[in-house]
Amino acid sequence: MSVDQNTVRRIARLARIAVTDDDVPHLQGELNAILAFVEQLNEVDVEGVEPMTSVTPMVMKKRQDEVTDGGDAGLILRNAPSTEDDFFLVPKVVE
Amino acid sequence: MARFARATADRERSEAVTELTQLTLAEARDGLVRKFFSAIELTQAHVDAIERARALNAFVLETPERALAMARLSDSRIATGTARPLEGIPLGIKDLFCTNGVVSTAGSNILKTFEPPYESTVTRNLWADGAVMLGKLNMDEFAMGSSNETSAFGPVVSPWRRRGSNVHAGGAAGAVEGAHLVPGGSSGGSAAAVAARLCLGATATDTGGSIRQPAAFTGTVGIKPTYGRCSRWGTVAFASSLDQAGPIARTVRDAAILLRSMAGPDSLDTTCADLPVPDFEAAVDRGVKGLRIGIPKEYRLDGMPDEIEQLWRRGAEWLEAGGAEIVEVSLPHTKYALPAYYIVAPAEASSNLARYNGVRYGLRVQGRDIVEMYENTRAAGFGREVKRRVMIGTYVLSAGYYDAYYLRAQKIRTLIKRDFEKIYAQGIDAILTPATPSAAFAIGEKGSADPVEMYLNDVFTVTVNMAGLPAIAVPAGLDRQGLPLGLQLIGRAFDEETLFAAGQVIEEAAGRLALPEAWWAA
Repeated sequence: MSVDQNTVRRIARLARIAVTDDDVPHLQGELNAILAFVEQLNEVDVEGVEPMTSVTPMVMKKRQDEVTDGGDAGLILRNAPSTEDDFFLVPKVVE
Repeated sequence: MARFARATADRERSEAVTELTQLTLAEARDGLVRKFFSAIELTQAHVDAIERARALNAFVLETPERALAMARLSDSRIATGTARPLEGIPLGIKDLFCTNGVVSTAGSNILKTFEPPYESTVTRNLWADGAVMLGKLNMDEFAMGSSNETSAFGPVVSPWRRRGSNVHAGGAAGAVEGAHLVPGGSSGGSAAAVAARLCLGATATDTGGSIRQPAAFTGTVGIKPTYGRCSRWGTVAFASSLDQAGPIARTVRDAAILLRSMAGPDSLDTTCADLPVPDFEAAVDRGVKGLRIGIPKEYRLDGMPDEIEQLWRRGAEWLEAGGAEIVEVSLPHTKYALPAYYIVAPAEASSNLARYNGVRYGLRVQGRDIVEMYENTRAAGFGREVKRRVMIGTYVLSAGYYDAYYLRAQKIRTLIKRDFEKIYAQGIDAILTPATPSAAFAIGEKGSADPVEMYLNDVFTVTVNMAGLPAIAVPAGLDRQGLPLGLQLIGRAFDEETLFAAGQVIEEAAGRLALPEAWWAA
């Protein structure tokens, strides 16, 4: 399978990465090189094989559902580009 | 007699002090306890070495004040007989590990000013054992790369040079001139700093080979432990089902000492194993008598340099001479590991990196609306390789392609793991392979036209991540150009001890490599 330029733009949109018209041709070439490389996986017979979900056998750890941490709004907001009171600030989302 | 003993002790002490950066971690640890030198002296020697080695670009942040403050505390603990296992040992930290109040960038512009208000579990464990932080080490952006060329801080210069190379320090401000070699990646800063004797050991991480390949390229020892041996908490995530932390050091013993301190259960990472950490150092001298070592025929690649083939054969002979039995084995799905990895890892990365959107931390670039803000932020903050992988990951997870790509790759991952399980069930204790298909290459030499050319570097290491197994890279000799080559040993899950034992046999047989003189020093 390979991708055309419209697909490259659609993937970029889904990935939330702005691309310029100049970016598209080289991105298309690089993505197609990777897709051509992974093509060989189609040779493998995967009939009846379970997809891997955990690389080592492990049971999900559980703990009591209680508050063990928190109250650190200042620390959590410290690296934010824009804040007001104890909130992250973003451009208006709802008109 | 007493005078003689003191003279001997003085001489030992002065020899020990002259070349503090030449010591192995184990030697430094023992010298500190015997008070041949102080933690302050040991740290200062490394701080000075780092300052003179800026041309290598191995450190992205030096923290000398913090280092000396930690060393002072170590000296007082040594004085009061309360030294901990790594008391006063100066280390470098890959910039993927979050360090409390110290900028942690993951090698990316998007996190260039990020100052975590918390400490990663691995580094917290190291400080709790008395280690000293010298600073943060350069790396490929978000650990995506095999040469350290994708870092937002620029490439790292390998301390190694090809025989007869014209690479030298002497440009503007002591900059390196000529087509220098890459140290490998993504833990390129870690490997270069350890090989250049700027620290006694370093933390690193390995998602597809990022500890073992740079270790092989720089003549150092690197171990990726079993998935779940070290907590991933506070380590910037790339591909969560593959990422593991581990050490890079100058000897097998040093790597064993470091891993013991880094590893251990952690309630903050649900995938971290609730298993006690063995005394890895005690396993180093165990030998390989009676072990069955597998040689997988699928690792014999077409076009592999003769030197790699010979090195591999020599490694098997060394282990055989140590009393191991060498057995040819088959891992039939080996060739599919790398392509399957380039579906699984980007898919997980596209999900993990969704958090960098200019809202909670990191760079923000404004747009007309919130979506445009996301897009502009990520376009400006991510480098080319990261964008490429996020986009591939987005594509293979998108509606209509998920089954064909992602689900198929996860099934193949099951088959890869099954290959290993079968041969371990036949009584194989460890598997010997080359660590990389070639020695280090020069900057700009690979991957500029086709990203897959760079990806092929990880062909021998990536299977191990796909199967969650532990593997160590140990220097085993030099090639025709005078560059280090490494061998890889792959173990059973949670049996790193056998790898340290077998790694030590290779290290002793190969003889420790003479690391390059400090041609880079200003």
